[in-house]
Amino acid sequence: MIHTDLCIIGAGPVGLFAVFEAGLLKMRCHLIDALPQVGGQLSEIYPQKPIYDIPGYPEVNAQDLVDNLMEQAKPFSPTFTLGERVDHLDKQEDGSFIVTTSDKTKVHAQVVIIAGGLGCFEPRKPAIENLELYEGNGVTYMVKDPEKFRDKNVVLAGGGDSALDWTIFLSKVAKKVTLVHRNETFRGAPDSAAKVFDLANNGKIDLILSANLKQLSGNGKLDSVTFMDKSKVEHVIETDYLIPLFGLSPKLGPIADWGLSIDKNAIEVDTRDYSTGVERIYAIGDINTYPGKLKLILCGFHEAAIMMHSAFKYVYPDQKLSFKYTTVNGVNSF
Amino acid sequence: MVNFTVEDHDGNRQEIEAPDDMGFSLMEILKASEYPVLATCGGMALCATCHVEVLEGKDELGEATDIELDQLENLPEYYPTSRLACQIRIGDILEGSIIKLRGEDQ
Repeated sequence: MIHTDLCIIGAGPVGLFAVFEAGLLKMRCHLIDALPQVGGQLSEIYPQKPIYDIPGYPEVNAQDLVDNLMEQAKPFSPTFTLGERVDHLDKQEDGSFIVTTSDKTKVHAQVVIIAGGLGCFEPRKPAIENLELYEGNGVTYMVKDPEKFRDKNVVLAGGGDSALDWTIFLSKVAKKVTLVHRNETFRGAPDSAAKVFDLANNGKIDLILSANLKQLSGNGKLDSVTFMDKSKVEHVIETDYLIPLFGLSPKLGPIADWGLSIDKNAIEVDTRDYSTGVERIYAIGDINTYPGKLKLILCGFHEAAIMMHSAFKYVYPDQKLSFKYTTVNGVNSF
Repeated sequence: MVNFTVEDHDGNRQEIEAPDDMGFSLMEILKASEYPVLATCGGMALCATCHVEVLEGKDELGEATDIELDQLENLPEYYPTSRLACQIRIGDILEGSIIKLRGEDQ
């Protein structure tokens, strides 16, 4: 069990800045994010895009902003659980929470801060009947541990960079790799596409173009995938694994079941301190809503500063909070 | 003003009237009309959550850009008439068209 003062759900820009604001008030943070890296939308969707509305930066690259926020949080030594989704919040008798992730990591915290942006990014799933039946039984949307696929038959589906990159990588690990793509060409990186065509021409992989996944079969565990070619003829490939790679899509996920007031996929908060309807749970950044809400990073930063002053009373119930400026006291003297 | 029809995920159709002189995208008009469009990336053709199918009037809209096609082709399901609503500017070209929401239902 990890013990901390504040558990921040979401390691995007607002979650990262919240670490800094918490640190100024001597509160320790543990951050959890479903993505395998920090940065949220900035790192996952548009790392190389410039952002123009961060005060003090006429222009800043999204990933550079994330890197700077990590540097700013560093003096306060936050800890992280990445690549795991928060599934449960359990309130304790003393009012604190135990947070449990999809991989059963447990975090004990006095306060929970939801800075989850638009929720967790989950894999886009192809419309195949009974797909869910085989999830975890042959169908997987991520290659976390490539060794799992050693000497196995693997079918990948998709035509983007992920599908190309993992086809190339797994061609050296798996017994047999088949890539199914609905078009005749790839729009991913030309170099990767060329490598995939070379592998196919040299008989290292099977490349099936202009085809769509149609059906999965097996008895509890996946054993074959049926696809349909452009002439509407069905073909069956025997396989141990299917890896559909169609990108990620944001979902609110289990947050919707925590008893919070939700309006159009956002958590309603009190604008005096961005608290939710549940004591000791706050929501900041794109995931909250209130009259006049603007979904801007800088608004999330403001919300983080305000909410930390409210959360202080739960972490230090016997102390009076006195407001200080960093210009007077520096960072480490707080 | 421009008039076009929107068909939601349940097949219900609604006439929409939108201003053509304010630089709005179709995605912005759909959101303003309370349709469940996430538009996570804010209109940069990076998330494809504003995926629509142009049932009528596609020829008027011109070709999709490479960045738009990159996103569309990455989707599990897309159609010859698929577009990203964030990449379509509200203008005369939309007059009389029929747009079907295809982004995941929120």
